[in-house]
This record gives sequence, structure tokens and C-alpha cells, in this order.
Amino acid sequence: MPELPVAWKPQAENVVFGKEVSRIDGVDKATGFAKYSADINTPGTLHGKLLQSPYAHARIKAIDVEAARKVPGVKAVYVFPDRAPRTNEETGEPIYFEIEHEGQPIAAVAAETSGQADDGLRAIKVVYEPLEFFVDEFHLPRAVELGRARPIRAAQQGDLEGAFKAAAHTITGMYGIQTISHMCLEPHGSHCEFTDGDHLTAHLSTQNVSGTPGQFASPLGLDAAKVHVSCDYMGGGFGSKFAADEWDIACAAMARDAQRPVKLMLDRATELNIPGSRPSAFAEITVAADADGKLVAWDSHHWGTSGPQGGTVAPTVMPYVFEPKNRRTRATGIVTNRGPDRAWRAPNHPQACALTQTAIDDLAAAIGVDPYDLFLKNLDLTWSATSRNPADKDIYAAELEIAAKLMDWKAKWHPRGEAGDGPVKTGLGLALHTWGGAAGRGTCTVAIHPDGTVETFSGTQDLGTGTRTALAVILAESFGLPYEKIKVHIGSSKYPMSGPSGGSTTIGGVSGPHRRAALKALGRIYDLVAAKHSVDAGTLTAANEQILSAGKPVCTWAEACSLLGPMKVEFQGEGPANDGLTSAQVGGVQMAEVAVDVETGVTKVVRYVAVQDIGTIVCREQAKSQVLGAMIMTIAYALSEERIMDNATGRFVNADLQHYKLPRIGDIGELIVEFYEPESQYKKGVIGLGEPPVISGGAAISNAVANAVGQRIPVLPLTPKRILDSLRS
Amino acid sequence: MARKRIVTARINGCEQSFLCEPRQTLLEVLRDELGMTGTKEGCSNGNCGACTVALNGRPVVSCLVLAVECDGTEIQTVEGLADKERLAPLQQCFLEQAALQCGICTPGFLVSASCLLKENAEPTEEEIRFYLAGNLCRCTGYDKIVKAVQAAAAAD
Repeated sequence: MPELPVAWKPQAENVVFGKEVSRIDGVDKATGFAKYSADINTPGTLHGKLLQSPYAHARIKAIDVEAARKVPGVKAVYVFPDRAPRTNEETGEPIYFEIEHEGQPIAAVAAETSGQADDGLRAIKVVYEPLEFFVDEFHLPRAVELGRARPIRAAQQGDLEGAFKAAAHTITGMYGIQTISHMCLEPHGSHCEFTDGDHLTAHLSTQNVSGTPGQFASPLGLDAAKVHVSCDYMGGGFGSKFAADEWDIACAAMARDAQRPVKLMLDRATELNIPGSRPSAFAEITVAADADGKLVAWDSHHWGTSGPQGGTVAPTVMPYVFEPKNRRTRATGIVTNRGPDRAWRAPNHPQACALTQTAIDDLAAAIGVDPYDLFLKNLDLTWSATSRNPADKDIYAAELEIAAKLMDWKAKWHPRGEAGDGPVKTGLGLALHTWGGAAGRGTCTVAIHPDGTVETFSGTQDLGTGTRTALAVILAESFGLPYEKIKVHIGSSKYPMSGPSGGSTTIGGVSGPHRRAALKALGRIYDLVAAKHSVDAGTLTAANEQILSAGKPVCTWAEACSLLGPMKVEFQGEGPANDGLTSAQVGGVQMAEVAVDVETGVTKVVRYVAVQDIGTIVCREQAKSQVLGAMIMTIAYALSEERIMDNATGRFVNADLQHYKLPRIGDIGELIVEFYEPESQYKKGVIGLGEPPVISGGAAISNAVANAVGQRIPVLPLTPKRILDSLRS
Repeated sequence: MARKRIVTARINGCEQSFLCEPRQTLLEVLRDELGMTGTKEGCSNGNCGACTVALNGRPVVSCLVLAVECDGTEIQTVEGLADKERLAPLQQCFLEQAALQCGICTPGFLVSASCLLKENAEPTEEEIRFYLAGNLCRCTGYDKIVKAVQAAAAAD
């Protein structure tokens, strides 16, 4: 028969695809049998620990690790590259390594016990020359004075001056959002073991199983083919776990030196500090509208820091989603001695949204209109209307309507500050967002055994999102089998290459290749069944563990697979491809209802609505969990979570989970998740969901607080102190 | 190094004796000495609840309990919740309600919730949230965890 057309099944025919299913690795996770990197304890495993800089900025004048080597139980000592002083071969001048932030690794020790590793670290002598440091990411004038400010880009379009002059309403304000950490509950790290002399097996907590062997191999002088990276289970990454990090290289190097396995996982304080953060952003914004509430002009200057690199939020996403025709955007990065940034869920978008859509909300308040109406009125200025291709403005309009119904917006909304006389003020806020989520690269091998067993091999990884379950669902739906019967093998660099899990590219990146491989397999099986049973291959379908012809059973799935011959047959899938299985560009609307106690400054999220379009849904329950998880991360960065740097010492002073405040189970109000999914969405193809739902909630919550208390609290997170300080000022 | 001590405890219904240093926490002994890695290390200073185990029926963060304190005690970890081949109703409800994602916080939540349900078979939503406030989750959204505990309470 001709090749089966590449497409998902008609929506109405799906049995498990897009439905609510339990995750196939749930039992292992709920019983404690799932093995994460830190759970690998092969015999003789040594404890690896890091020596880190106590200074935010310093030169290393000397390192002496000899005493550490003699500490009982210490089996290996590692000095990170370039940390030890060197001599410039041409000039004879000494070269000293410059520490750029507190916590930067200097050396590592592997020992028989954790306590002996600590003893080893204490025996290392380091001579520092402390240098002037700067960690005040908000203080732009001081950064300029110190030469630490880097103008990044200025872009202008239209007649800004004329537009502001002609505008009926103009507001100017200052807005901000502080730096946060990724704070993966499972820290970064690995268990490294050499076998057969120079073959490395690294159990690495990673979002990039297929991409990390080479990252180990190069610094260790190994062939990449001799490195096996394994990650069966991992406890979150959020964009911070793409690399074999320098502490992982240290772990592997010590394992090679000691000829023993070594495990080196970051402790919590280090996890909060060095393996990633989301840059801060602060902005002065002026935005104007005409008499009808149409946005006509935008002028912003934002700044912030990504740490020693001195970056800030990409100016290309400012203003966020809404683009008045006349606009100017300026940006300045600040070089600080603070732990470096890494991609954090939807890089740049949450900050840009929190700056932009709070300013627009302030404009609505200044005009005296419901922001719902103002947002609706300006949907033709969203990026879709300016050909940047994100979510269609009609989808935004539909999502606004759905969210408003779920929130009962029109009945509950009141003008800013008119929340009654009592100390607890309630308010509503909204914001909207967009994201790409196109399919990443991926390959897979789907093996079908003569007894009907189906298994797949793919070098992807499951960050906790449900990738493993999604693959089982796709193959089960394709072959008409129970999804629990599909054997899914992922998390190994020995499997067919799959791309890193970042930017919401995973689900598209793995679902396309699996569907394509499944259709190839089905085509072969249908041909064999057609020949054997004298039926037309074009009439065949697979359902209920049977092959059917025009709806009538012909044979069982196992009988059909026995026709493949005595050995398993493998089918390869690749992607991405422009065949309609996957797509990109989504949008979403979020609305928050808050209650703010103006006497204590404490804010509670009462109700939080997320409406999201995501194209074709693969696993409904897991998709919903992605949104719910994003909502608690959003409540965290909106109300409590921030890195607090001490300007006097340059240190991250709340690097522990007592003081780095994340919401607990009692801090979360009612969360409502609704997918926008008319038939057109199913036809759109599979699109990633990890990033979008974490974007607009910060602005929505800030807008709700402003609506409740009658004024903008300019900088997220909206801690009780910030709220009380603003109300008293 | 201080001399190692022999500690005998009933762990998940089986009496076990183990050697440990006086400085070792119960968490370290469970994971590193006894190979019971279901109990997770999240923060090692008692703030995240990932390492929660039941000590004489009460939930404790095992990172703050010295192993030598456990002599003669009854300890239950996540590995002991299921009845041989059958999941405990609470575990089953966690799966059915999709109350887990990455799974690092899950063992701690399960042990805490099982202690709650033994103390209070019909907890209100507020009581569930209060009791589980020591367990931190970064990615699941909490809502489904509350619903799973409610479902388990209703099932018993």
C-alpha cells in the first residue's frame, strides 16, 4: 500500500491520545524506586564536595592542596582549571584567577565519607586578594559611576515625540522584577564512574542527555564515544541543566584519579547560588493612549543584571506583546558579582511581561477604564498583528472571554482602589503572553517484536513533565494498544539522539518522530496482514489490540506482529518536519484575584485562572500539571521569591529554603486551568507547553494587587514590606 | 573520628541493626548505608520536607535526626508504604490524581500525608494544607496533592 498519510488520527477516534492518563513512571516515583542521580550508589562511591569562594570578587594569589591529599579518607583532590596562579610565558608576569562571584568553585575533594570530604576541604589553603565588588542590581547610577553599565540597544520606530504630544492619556512609572534562582528540588550534580579503564558512565541530572557526552569528553581528553550519560529520572531543571557543568567534570576527573566512583551533588545553598538564575529587570516606562484608550506611544529604558556577564532582559521582547506604533526601547546591562544567569523558563518573557503589562494596567487605571476593555481594544497591536506570528489576536480575545467567565471578572471588578473600607482589600488583575514551542530535533527507534511487544528508544529525558508517558500514549494510540504495555526507554545517550529539553521544544521534538516511526511500522504491518488475510490494506486500522478491516476484526495485534518474522523489526523516526504533526506559537491569558491585608502587607492569591492554547494535546493530565506547576512558580516570584544580595559583603544572604521564600501548600489559592481548544487547535499540531504558563501571571498578580490597594507596588516580588513601604510613602 | 555505634530499629516492619557514626543523620544512614534512596535529600536543614520519614508514627525530617537517636524506634519510609505488590490507597490516589511530576518531593509528601491520615482519618482541606506545610514542591502545583489526600481519606 502507499505510505500512510502523516497525521494524527481524527480527534474523535482517539482512545488515549489527548485523554487523561496516569503517568507510566508514577509507581516508581510513588514507591521510592525511581533512581535519580543522587540515588546512584555503586559500591565504593566516594563523596565529592566543592571548595567555593567566600568572596564576591577576588584574585586567587595561592592555592595549596597538599595537606588535603593527606587527610584520612581523602582519595582525590581537584583544582578547577586556571584557579592556581600561573606565569605568563612571554612577560614572566604572574596570572591570577579572578573570582567573579561568591560561591565560585575553586577546588573539589572526594573522600570515603562526607565528613572526611569536609575535613579535606578545610585543609585546602587559599590566599585571596579581595577586590571591589558590586551586587546592587537596581542601582543604575552607581553602576554607571563604576563603569559597570553596558548600554545594550536602543531601538526607535515612528514619531515618538509627536505621538506623546497628541496623546490624550500618558503615564510614567518605574517597574521591576528581582532576580530569582531556578531552585530545582533535585540539585545539579552527577555520579561518575569509570569502567574498563577509560569508559565513563555519568549519571547526570540533565535536560540534555544526548548533548552532554561530548561536554565530558573534551575537558577530560576522552573520546565522546567512551562517555555514557544516563538520566532515568530528574527533579526539575527549568532551563538550568543543559550542560555537563564544571563540577561534573571535577566529579569525573576525581573518579578517574581515585579509580573509584564519585558522587558530587550541589548542596542547597550552592544550588540556589551558582547553577543558574533569572536576571532581574527594572524599567522607567512612559506609555500613552488616545482618547479611545488605544495605545499610541511607548518609551522605556530597562536595566538589570545577569551577573558577571552584564546582560539584561533582551530588548527585543520590550514592550511585551503589545506594540504601539510609535515606540522607543533602551536597555542597559549591569556587570555584577552575583551568581551567573541561565535560561529560566521562557527566558526574558516573564520579566518583559511584568514590566510592560503593569505599565499598561496603570494607563488603564489613569484613564479610568477596566483593563479588560483596554487590553481587548488593543489586541490589534499584539505581535500577531505586527507579523511576528505569535498567537492570533482573535484567540487572545476568545481566551480573555473564557478567563473572564471563570473569574467572573465583570461582576467582581472594581475601579482601582475602590475595594471598600476594611483592612483586607481584594482586587483583580490580568495579563497575556505568547511563546513559540516549536519542535526540537529528535530521533527514535521503535522496535516491534514478533510477540507484539512494542518498545521505543530515544535519547530524550523526562524532566518530570511526562515525556515518558507521552511517548507511550503516542505509540499506544497509533497501534491500538493499552499505553501501559508500551516499553519506553529514554534517558541514555546510547539511545538515538534527541534534542535538549528547553524552550518548550521537547513534546514536539519527540512526538513527531514517534508518530512517523509508528506510521512506518503500521504500513508494513498492514501490508503483511492484507497479504495474509486477503483484505485491502487501505481498509485496515489498529484498535483494541486488533487489526480491523473496515471496522471488522481481521487478526490480533500479536498475530499481525508475528508476520514480521522471527526477529524484532525496528522503525526509525526523525524530526522536526513540516508535515503538520507539530507546530508553534501559542498564547494565553491569566487572571488573578488577590486579597491584600493593608495592615500587615500580606497578599493571598484567592483565585488564579490560566487559559492557554497549546495546539494538539498529547497527555491532558500532564499538560494540566505543567500549567499548575507554572502557576505556583509564578505565585512564588510574584509574592515572595527573590535573591537578596548583601551590598556590604557581596553575598547571597538568603540562600537557604528557610529564607528563600517559596509558597507552601497552604499559600496557594484556587487554581483554575482551562485549555482553549476548538477543533482548529487540534488540527494545529503538537506544541510545547513548559514555558508559556509561567509568563504572564506575575503581571496579572501585580495588577490585581494594584487594583486592590489603589496604587502600583512597583517591584516584584510583592512582599509585605514592599507593600507596606509603598502604602506609607 | 568517633567510634561507630550499633543502632537497632524496626524499619518498614523489619528489625535492622546498622553501624553509624554519631554525626550521621538518619537521612545519610538510610540513603548511604542502607541503600534506601526513596527518601530524598532536598536541603539538609529541615526546610523542604523531601526527607520526611515516620519516626514512631510521627513525621520527622530525617536530615535533622541523628541516626543514633533512632535506637529502638519504629521507622517508616516511602519504601514501606506499599503492601508488598499492592500500592497503598494513598499512593494509588497520588497516581490517579496526577499529584506528582518530577517526583523528588513525592516521598516526603506521601509519608507526611500517611501520618496525617493515621492521626485524622477525615481531615478537612485546611487541615491537609496545614499538616503538609512542611513539604515543599517546586513543580506540581500543590492542588492535585490536596485532592489526592482527600481522595485517599474518602477511600478509607
